[in-house]
Amino acid sequence: MPPAAPRSGEAIFASVERVNAELFTLTYGAIVRQLLTDLEEVDEVNKQLDQMGYNIGIRLIDEFLAKSNVSRCVDFKETAEMIAKVGFKMFLGVTASVMNWDADGTCCSILLEDNPLVDFVELPDTCQGLYYCNILSGVIRGALEMVAMKTEVTWIRDMLRGDDAYELQVKLLKQVPEEYPYKDDE
Amino acid sequence: MIGAGKIKQYANILEKPLGKGKQEVSLSAFAFLFSELVQYNQTQVDNISELETRLEDAGYAVGARVLELLCHREKGNRRETRLLGILSFVHSTVWKVLFGKVADSLEKGTEHEDEYMISEKELLVNKFISIPKDMGTFHCGAFVAGIVRGVLDNAGFPAVVTAHFVPVEGQQRPRTTILIKFAEEVLQREARLG
Repeated sequence: MPPAAPRSGEAIFASVERVNAELFTLTYGAIVRQLLTDLEEVDEVNKQLDQMGYNIGIRLIDEFLAKSNVSRCVDFKETAEMIAKVGFKMFLGVTASVMNWDADGTCCSILLEDNPLVDFVELPDTCQGLYYCNILSGVIRGALEMVAMKTEVTWIRDMLRGDDAYELQVKLLKQVPEEYPYKDDE
Repeated sequence: MIGAGKIKQYANILEKPLGKGKQEVSLSAFAFLFSELVQYNQTQVDNISELETRLEDAGYAVGARVLELLCHREKGNRRETRLLGILSFVHSTVWKVLFGKVADSLEKGTEHEDEYMISEKELLVNKFISIPKDMGTFHCGAFVAGIVRGVLDNAGFPAVVTAHFVPVEGQQRPRTTILIKFAEEVLQREARLG
């Protein structure tokens, strides 16, 4: 039997169960506020959000692969397109675009066309160093690590910090070769 | 193609038009996020009741904002001032917006005058949750109880709100009951208004 054809982000999003984005937005806001109260330092909050995202990413990749029928990407360019067109759409219902490739094709920007995390949000003066959406960069990093790609994901532009867009830079550090045979006891 | 994003920039968040609340994200995205909320809070506490308190506090912050948002959008800047009014607001309006459906039931406690219960067969936040044996009576619905308390408290109806599992005959999974116990002054005021 030939493998099933990959599905579009729209088709998957239409077929999965969904919840109101405001519940999601406000819950995320509650998490960020809790972290700010507990950890006090903005840098620590950035780190913790990234870690939470990473935890999500390493689990979310399974659902992504299972529902999207995406098979191996030929190169990092295709991977980035998959994240932007299928990943963001099927989970958050928003589209993103990929641009600003470097010459080797290992570093690009993902530009969010909409961002459900930031509705109702304004950063107060005391939180100026906060990367409010840092959970997203963690998700991408975690998910890619599970498909053998070490990446570094950083925010280039953030509208909450006065920029004109939400732009994430994804840089491929190295591709980890798959090891065989797998050890069962690890 | 720099700056091809479609998001409009506003100098002040108050100038941004309020959404209609029709946008959605996938249930998994919410479930992943909620699970991180629970797991993070587990690292911050020593026992189950502290964990529930922390989840409830997180929910309270959501409830306070939901009340403001819905009073503005659904009720033309008016809010309920009577006990039954606010309860049905929580049971219908709030539930419908947050969880996509009206709550399964709203009942008055039979033993105490000041107790009301909102029950739900399968609470959204419990959907992918199974409680480990060593965590006993822990209930993730504490987050939803917090939302309810946030709405009620900010509308002028202070109450103690808790979430419980109630076994249902013939069903494998228990249903969830959100128990609302109003403060004394609320009932006194209600009696005075007649």
